[in-house]
Amino acid sequence: MRTLRDLFAVRTRELPSPVAPGSPAVEAAGLSVRLGQRQVLDSVDLTAHAGEVVALVGPNGAGKSTLLAALAADLAPAGGEVRIDGRPAAAWSAPELALRRSVLPQSAVLSFPFPVEDVVRMGRAPWAGTEREDEDDAAVAAAMAATEVTRFAARPFSALSGGEKARVALARVLAQRAPLMLLDEPTAALDLRHQELVLRICRERAAAGDAVVVVLHDLGLAAAYADRAAVLHDGRIAELGPPETVFSGELLGEVYRQPVEVFPHPRTGTPLIVPVRQN
Amino acid sequence: MTTSYEERTGSVEKSPDGPVAKAAPKSSRSTAYLLTVGLSLALLAGCLLSAAIGAYNIPLGDVLSSVQHRIGLGGQALDRVGESVLWNVRLPRVALAVLVGASLGCAGALMQGVFGNPLAEPGVIGISAGAAVGAVASIALGLTFFGNWTITVFAFIAGLATVLLVYALSRSGGRTEVVTLILTGIAVNAFAGALIGLFIFFADNAQITQITFWQLGSLSQATWPKVLAVLPCALAGLLIAPFYSRKLDLLALGERPARHLGVDVERLRIVLVLVVALLTAAAVAVAGIISFVGLLVPHLLRMANGPGHRFLVPGSALGGALVLVAGDLAARTVAAPAELPLGVLTALFGSPFFFWLLRRTRRKQGGWA
Repeated sequence: MRTLRDLFAVRTRELPSPVAPGSPAVEAAGLSVRLGQRQVLDSVDLTAHAGEVVALVGPNGAGKSTLLAALAADLAPAGGEVRIDGRPAAAWSAPELALRRSVLPQSAVLSFPFPVEDVVRMGRAPWAGTEREDEDDAAVAAAMAATEVTRFAARPFSALSGGEKARVALARVLAQRAPLMLLDEPTAALDLRHQELVLRICRERAAAGDAVVVVLHDLGLAAAYADRAAVLHDGRIAELGPPETVFSGELLGEVYRQPVEVFPHPRTGTPLIVPVRQN
Repeated sequence: MTTSYEERTGSVEKSPDGPVAKAAPKSSRSTAYLLTVGLSLALLAGCLLSAAIGAYNIPLGDVLSSVQHRIGLGGQALDRVGESVLWNVRLPRVALAVLVGASLGCAGALMQGVFGNPLAEPGVIGISAGAAVGAVASIALGLTFFGNWTITVFAFIAGLATVLLVYALSRSGGRTEVVTLILTGIAVNAFAGALIGLFIFFADNAQITQITFWQLGSLSQATWPKVLAVLPCALAGLLIAPFYSRKLDLLALGERPARHLGVDVERLRIVLVLVVALLTAAAVAVAGIISFVGLLVPHLLRMANGPGHRFLVPGSALGGALVLVAGDLAARTVAAPAELPLGVLTALFGSPFFFWLLRRTRRKQGGWA
């Protein structure tokens, strides 16, 4: 059966070579995206390097998800270019891209009630037929343990709560073990403990040499865990840099149209962002 | 509530309950194995019974011995009548039932996977009716330029056009909603019905008889040339389909996530739509519209062994073949010497099941909105 399958796997894939820390995993240069009539992204420049966590923040409709989708090579840019692993995104085939970047969509849906472990194992599909297929079991087990979903490995996905589904979806993305992780609001449905857990995982992956780009709504989380944050505003990057320098009350107040106060945490010095409230 | 403090706060890298994780696929694999063996044995038994039972009863032992004789493994031929009944009437019919059933079951499983919707079925959403238009057209217009294969070829072309049409009409934003799909099916079925009516209107009496028999869904006209006429279509479809099982699993995540996992979604869709058209055409060309097999079989198998397509796709072919062999045996024995049309029989059992499925889907979604 295996030989028969090999016979039908016509195209050979180019496996990703290990990247040096600090080399660019994904680069967007002068990226513009139009959806219908609307200019959603306008000449955006952003690079995520191996070993860092980049947070995309900004108000609703600023273009965070669109930027993430463009970095994932889901959208064809109207202008500019996205390069993944040093090559234009369009030059990779779908199977080759799957070995280089994993993507967590905003909402996790499933047409059929697969058990949780099968869903996580789907993340291993890109490696089928390569020598790294051997680490399938280990990758699945590690991803489920990291996201604390091992307990309901045998339950059908459809029977889980929203937060549990989100963690299973993340486990699938982790199991893919791609050197670039693109996460669209991974913390949206999660409780406090699991929000922290998810961002700790992001840090661990970055420490292991992966590049992580994550869309976040919680500025506090972004400030605490991201190496760099990009503040998006009307389809442009208003500011890009370490959270301590980027997250100023002035900039955030203008971008979010809501006055905020920013002050350092008394113990760690991490910026805390709090909306200005009257009483 | 029952987890210990250590477990809740323990290091995330450890996997305390590894055995739980391992248990799920192992048990499902053995279920799949048992189901495959069980279905195969049942199918074999069904085929033998179907070959033996009928207006002219042939004892099982004689069937086996005659088969042995033909393939040159000893045994002996029956008398002239018995041999003729077995080899010219019964066996082509059994072979046809197996081919048509396998095609329908497999097409149902594929279609549900492609649409990401458990209610998609060639009969329900109008693909069978579309293929039927092609077949009726070729009968009514007296076309013969592909010889034996004429009806199959026309059924395939019309079926393919219909799948593409339904697919284009019922999808929005990368998903197919149940309501849209069913309503599209109603519209397509109605239009196909009108076209078939039109062709019948222009056909002569002999052609009308042929069309009517065929339309009710029956295997009674089975001959070896007919088996040969659908064999290429059915075989091609059945052989190609299993290679896309894993990709169909990934497609359950949605189109974009499937693409993120390396599936060339456009190509997958085109290939599978072609395969569905092939299989449906094969079934419709010889047996008319036999609905609900493609709905019932994959659904039961999904309940027994989960939605994984690696078992579901070949399993549905096996299950479909079993249902049709058994159904055909019932159709020609329950009201003997008269013969119930097979399509009527499957619809009789399939429609209530479909209704139940609809209710269940509706309850899960909390209404159609």
